[in-house]
Amino acid sequence: MDDLYREIIIDRYKNPIYRGSVNPHDIAFEDDNPLCGDHIRIEVRVNENGIVEQAAFDGHGCAISQAAADLLMETIIGKTIEEVKQITKDDILDMLGLELGPVRLKCALLSLKVLKAGVYGLGEATDDLVE
Amino acid sequence: METRTNTLDVKKIRQDFPILQREVHPGVPLVYLDSTATSQKPAQVIDAMDRYYRYTNANIHRGIHVLAEESTADYEAARQKVAQFIGAESPRQVIFTRNTTESINLVAYSWGRRHLNKGDVIILTEMEHHSNLVPWQMLAQERELRLEFIPVTEDGLLDLTAYPALLDFKPRMVAFTQMSNVLGTINPAKDMIALAHQAGAITLVDAAQSAPHLPVDVQDLDADFFAFSAHKMCGPTGIGVLYGKKELLESMPPFLGGGDMIKRVQLRSFAPNELPHKFEAGTPSIAEAIGLGAAVDYLTEIGMDKVESHEKEIIAYALERLEEIPGVKVFGPEAAKKGGVASFTLSSIHPHDVSQILDRHGIAIRAGHHCAMPLHEKFGLPATARASFYLYSTREEVDKLADSLYEVRKIFGM
Repeated sequence: MDDLYREIIIDRYKNPIYRGSVNPHDIAFEDDNPLCGDHIRIEVRVNENGIVEQAAFDGHGCAISQAAADLLMETIIGKTIEEVKQITKDDILDMLGLELGPVRLKCALLSLKVLKAGVYGLGEATDDLVE
Repeated sequence: METRTNTLDVKKIRQDFPILQREVHPGVPLVYLDSTATSQKPAQVIDAMDRYYRYTNANIHRGIHVLAEESTADYEAARQKVAQFIGAESPRQVIFTRNTTESINLVAYSWGRRHLNKGDVIILTEMEHHSNLVPWQMLAQERELRLEFIPVTEDGLLDLTAYPALLDFKPRMVAFTQMSNVLGTINPAKDMIALAHQAGAITLVDAAQSAPHLPVDVQDLDADFFAFSAHKMCGPTGIGVLYGKKELLESMPPFLGGGDMIKRVQLRSFAPNELPHKFEAGTPSIAEAIGLGAAVDYLTEIGMDKVESHEKEIIAYALERLEEIPGVKVFGPEAAKKGGVASFTLSSIHPHDVSQILDRHGIAIRAGHHCAMPLHEKFGLPATARASFYLYSTREEVDKLADSLYEVRKIFGM
């Protein structure tokens, strides 16, 4: 009935597949969305060929932010780091099957922002990483 | 004769607000429960501003032509109306700013920098909006001041048993909100001010939530500074008020420099203008001041006592309806001790998700930390959903809110 709360989002929010941690990991980063207090931490293990072997997220927040993080983890496993760097805002929206206003967009993109800051080895996650 | 002197004719009031007639989705009327963030505006306010731009627009002060004289008169009349609305001795003590935040910053910069030095103590509370927190933090950093906080109890009241011990620190300033924008708590401002004065402190009242919703009287409170915004009381954005006691305002250096705030300017020096112009540098928000004047007229004609009692009735009903919903937890004190604000959580569902689903039903609430992050941290919450009410809110709207919250539960499989 409600487009934004499609089954996949509620399902991934309530029963995430990739919530947890990766030990040992090569990349770890975390950040907040100060607007809603969403928090995401992402850990990734990369093999010698530069391919993501394992990925997991942890944190709390709204259904959209958490479901997006879960789907993003699924997407990046098996991809090369170079491919991960190419993931865009539109990829996330396609994944969620949603169109979002500016406020909720921040929820949806938090995990990508965190992932990219980690992948690029940056000190902080900034909005321009996902624009 | 109509005898319901103490109740509002809400149906008639709603006719005054054009926005309340609109639909937000096809066939879905607006249910506006976000007045604590900003209130809606009656046609009387919109028309006053429209008339100013269509008919009288000119820069104020010093112009010697009909438009300049009329616009100056209208601008200063608005100041007079505000002075009367809050019970100020003189309109000279009413300074127009951009909003509550700017009013508080003005005091922190001008009064604070002139009078506070290393080691001085400022008392705030744990329920402050960021606007009555961050300006003092900035000043404290610069001047090495000490900030102390009156704690908040589990029930969302100020723990005033802790207040006397804090006053033993001989604070220079006690700054607090008269009504919490999250909990709705109405604080005993008059008593708190009296105690602060006994300890030798100056007081600042953040009246952003109280001035729109309760009758206020700065002289009765004996407040030294009193700050509020027009946009939360049926007026436009971009204009707010700082009231101050005359001797304090006179002792303070100007905040911003420029036109209108000067008496005389030479190349290397200036002499500041008198109150209130000393603090109003540059062309002010003229239409907005006139809009605020119209808002004051509007509320005065209705009667702030009636606004207050209507909101009491609505919040009591809202708490009753919300608390019956499984999983809903409302924060803050009982209805008798608060204004028309209900911040709540619904089980573990994120408030943004709650708000998003309510929006589908035309219901506008706010979700987040409401510019009070420390308070949310205190309650161990990243965010809450907040429904807030004003003179145009109805019991039917409360019912729609409750019904839609049941819907949220359903979507989340509860």
